[in-house]
Amino acid sequence: MRLRLVKQHTTFNFFKDWKIWIGISAVLVILSIGSTVTMGLNFGIDFKGGTTIRAESIVAVDVAAYRAAIEPLGLGDISIAEVFDPSFRADQHVAQIRIQAQEGQESVASDVVLKLEAALQDVAPGITFPSVESVGPKVSGELIQSAALAVVIAIAVVLIYIWLRFEWQFAVGAVGALVHDIVLTIGVFSALQIKFDLAIIAALLTIVGYSLNDTVVVFDRVRENLRRYKQKNLSELLNQSINETLSRTAMTSVTTLLALISLFALGGDVIRGFVFAMIWGVVVGTYSSVFVASSTLLRLGVKRDWSKPSNTDGNQFANIDA
Amino acid sequence: MLQIEGWKRVLIWATCAIGLLFALPNGFYSKVETYNDAKDAGAEAMGWPSFLPSGLVNLGLDLRGGAHLLGEVKLAEVYTTRLEGFWPEVRNVLREERSTVGAIRQQDSGEGELRVRIGNPEAIDHAMKIVRTLARPVSSLSGSLTDDIVVSSVGDNLIVTLSEAEKLATDDRTMAQSLEIIRRRVDEAGTREPTIQRQGTDRVLIQVPGLGSAQELKDLIGTPALLTFQTVVGQTSNSSGTAGIGNELVQSAENETLYYVLERAPVVTGEDLTDAQPSFDQNGQPAVNFRFNTSGARKFGQYTTDHIGEPFAIVLDNQVISAPTIQSAITGGSGIITGNFDVTESTRLSTLLRAGSLPASLEFLEERTVGPELGQDSIDAGKIACMVGFVAVLIFMAMSYGTFGIFANIALIINVGLIFGLLSMIGATLTLPGIAGIVLTIGMAVDANVLIFERIREELKTAKGPARAIELGYEKALSAIIDANITTFLTAAILFFMGAGPVKGFAITLGLGIITSVFTAIFVTRIMVVIWFEWRKPKTLEV
Repeated sequence: MRLRLVKQHTTFNFFKDWKIWIGISAVLVILSIGSTVTMGLNFGIDFKGGTTIRAESIVAVDVAAYRAAIEPLGLGDISIAEVFDPSFRADQHVAQIRIQAQEGQESVASDVVLKLEAALQDVAPGITFPSVESVGPKVSGELIQSAALAVVIAIAVVLIYIWLRFEWQFAVGAVGALVHDIVLTIGVFSALQIKFDLAIIAALLTIVGYSLNDTVVVFDRVRENLRRYKQKNLSELLNQSINETLSRTAMTSVTTLLALISLFALGGDVIRGFVFAMIWGVVVGTYSSVFVASSTLLRLGVKRDWSKPSNTDGNQFANIDA
Repeated sequence: MLQIEGWKRVLIWATCAIGLLFALPNGFYSKVETYNDAKDAGAEAMGWPSFLPSGLVNLGLDLRGGAHLLGEVKLAEVYTTRLEGFWPEVRNVLREERSTVGAIRQQDSGEGELRVRIGNPEAIDHAMKIVRTLARPVSSLSGSLTDDIVVSSVGDNLIVTLSEAEKLATDDRTMAQSLEIIRRRVDEAGTREPTIQRQGTDRVLIQVPGLGSAQELKDLIGTPALLTFQTVVGQTSNSSGTAGIGNELVQSAENETLYYVLERAPVVTGEDLTDAQPSFDQNGQPAVNFRFNTSGARKFGQYTTDHIGEPFAIVLDNQVISAPTIQSAITGGSGIITGNFDVTESTRLSTLLRAGSLPASLEFLEERTVGPELGQDSIDAGKIACMVGFVAVLIFMAMSYGTFGIFANIALIINVGLIFGLLSMIGATLTLPGIAGIVLTIGMAVDANVLIFERIREELKTAKGPARAIELGYEKALSAIIDANITTFLTAAILFFMGAGPVKGFAITLGLGIITSVFTAIFVTRIMVVIWFEWRKPKTLEV
């Protein structure tokens, strides 16, 4: 007996309610943009500059006492957050302390960190500092630039690749889905105020890769069916293609999610934000490859006759069967 | 029909075997690590067979713990020093022409320029011409030769600056020298496997695994350690007083209100040192013993012979650490530096003096310290997460595809082995996001197999017999597999080239994971399916 996530023959009509799905996506995108604009992102020091200190103590973290100890040092904006994780030992209490970049200092003055550590040692004897990270404003500015550039380049490269291998309509559909996924992911990070740092950019790019993976598989089937059923109307053909690949889409999403969820639950707090972004991205990416990418394709229409080589599209790469 | 040629089979299994062989040392991490350390130290290495590969996956700082620093070398400082050193030459050539240019005086100048005032302003053109004869050719970016200095004038002031080509050449030299000095200092401190890299035009990235804090590293490499022996002209408590042309005002290290007026040109510098060791002076105070090379010993011997009874200053990084009076001529070429040191400081100072001084100062833009316990926690958590995720995927695949699922699972295990084998082969660094990359690869690696199996299921409905269905399944799934993986690989490549530090580690494992997963899905599972098919010859097939 086999485990089947999706029964053998499905004939879902994915475009019957396409207005609803596109509507939901549009609302989510607007909400995401709205949240990002109004609430902003909780940038980590990679992008904002400043210092984070991880403090570990065998006694419970007293955020108020920590704050009271640090405030007299006049370091400007400080944030102290207790970190919880199931992998911690019973007597392991962790706090994450963040100090803003200090005025007029490129590098981080070590005496500031030493003073802060000394102050905390007074309120919580035996406290240790397993990690101290400082990034100057100069570097963080560059990091944010190169990160944004990486995302833009990734999208552009993908656009070109799909255009070469398929048709421009497919490329637009795929990129529409990608932008949708990225915006929604950034939106979630803004709405939940999860720390947004360099690793999240890596997660975003992986989502780009994953979401594309999904979209390309559907498109590949569309391309095949376009060659096979020359007369079928496009919406039926897209529906059939999605249904045929549905079992695979479900299988891959589930295996990827299985791996990611175990990492989320057991991988420790250091990479939790990163893994969260990926889980969210996989869910959104799966949804978008079905609804956003294919709906876009349906609206744009495609060239139907794939048997004759086209000399208008400069598309000599479309027939390379790997 | 359903067959793979013999040589292909050999090639596929051989690739797997080699990959797994290279992954093997990682299963015995600490054993192999001690073995490698012993081998590097030249000692007889034990505990690991020498015929096996011994490359390991390097653990990144976030897993092993250690210190990370990004520093910026203040390149412009060197321009000023260069021009400062140029002054005697300029003075000499202009002096010979004193009759036309008049009296010459060095003026206080801004950063990166040398200003000279001449007595006869109308002779400025002549003076410029003379100074230009001092220029040396330097090859510029375009390959043509240009002068290393640019001479201009404002009124009766002659201004000498470095040309752009010379600045570039100087920058390169400064960076190379800084890297070398930093490397020597870190090596002197005896830490293992430091990474010291130039980044961009003026940055240096230093990563030292196993070091307790970035502060320690900063102490070691953050100071220029420029040592000079200078003539003392006088003392003052006035910090804003003028020292006079050719002199400078330097603060005392022991007494903040005390300033020395020193002749700017040093008698001897730290460059003339051949050795420095921590020691104790006759009062049992920590001190540093040093020895000059021949030319340094001669200069110092001559100077001390001529100036018995006068004080001279030992200056370290613009602070007078001591100003002893010369009791007798010191011709032996060695001496002792005393000051307000404790033992740690004298040890550090001698280390710095042995390694040499940095050509320019360093400003730190980024520093990170990860304690070894946190790294170990991350490794442990990552291991458990990998195991659980791995087992979950294995069970899921077996339940979904039966025998074929088992094949996919064997391929998946080989796949993870191959990733580690490749990582060890290229000596890549595994970071925490890198572990996430592997976990993600585990999840996604089955995708290619899922595509194939789903396709076989479809073909079974229409095709003629199981063998044909399997063949068609592999054939038709290929274009989707290739397109999907190339796009993911492209994003991994972009991450690799644009990303920094841990993100790069993630890109490496993701990229390698894509390569190995396509290989295992297309070749390894296929070979297993073919062998199984030849053996069982099934009439019907359930996938």
